Amino acid sequence: MIATGRTGIGRIKASGSARSGAEHWWRQRLTAIANLPLVVWFVVSAVSLSGAGYEEVRAWLGGLFNSTMMVLLVVSLFWHARLGVQVVLEDYVHDRALRLAARLGLDLLAVALAVSCLLAILVVSLGS
Amino acid sequence: MADLERPLSPHLQIYRWHLTMALSILHRATGLVLAAGLLLLTWWLTALARGPEAFAIVRTAIDNPLGGLVLFAFTLAVFYHMANGVRHLVWDLGIGLGKEEAYRSGLFVLSFAGVATLLLWIAILAFGGGPR
Repeated sequence: MIATGRTGIGRIKASGSARSGAEHWWRQRLTAIANLPLVVWFVVSAVSLSGAGYEEVRAWLGGLFNSTMMVLLVVSLFWHARLGVQVVLEDYVHDRALRLAARLGLDLLAVALAVSCLLAILVVSLGS
Repeated sequence: MADLERPLSPHLQIYRWHLTMALSILHRATGLVLAAGLLLLTWWLTALARGPEAFAIVRTAIDNPLGGLVLFAFTLAVFYHMANGVRHLVWDLGIGLGKEEAYRSGLFVLSFAGVATLLLWIAILAFGGGPR
């Protein structure tokens, strides 16, 4: 039930999303809630790092707590952004082929950027 | 969708602008801006991993009036999207959906975004600011 966001009674009465709409809705809320503490942490950290040099920022991200928080932030942010932009594409890109291409491009871009971020965090945390 | 000849609901320009509608559009707009901002986050993180030279390029791009303005806009977008997102989560619980309540929470969200952004930048100028 949690995985799909569908209820048993909804399935029996055949009401609600026919495809993956309920899951999409649920994941968007889940990542939204996760983003709250993570973004607050990042904003506070960014303020304390403003004006900091390369070594200082690297030492900051090298810490286990900060690198863990950054990994969580990247995963949650990219996931949330991907879900949100997907809805915008579905609303405004009316041509079927173009919409499919846009959605594929969005997914590939989101994964590529997120993996870049995660490996960068790994490099920094292993290097210091 | 567009392949079928079906009646469409009236388009946006038919309606008189009101606060809740503007805030709804602003939520989506700030969401898109912040999604684009993930490019900047990626650039910052990968530059940090690549080394001091790459990181210096990011700093040069950010440490100027235009870069500051872009960062200021991002923080405003973050606080707005965050506060209005909480407003949406509260609505999802079935709370605050009345007309007056929605206007009141909308005004609160706008004020929060403005005040939080100003306080944040006062903190940045007071505690950080300038290269060390």
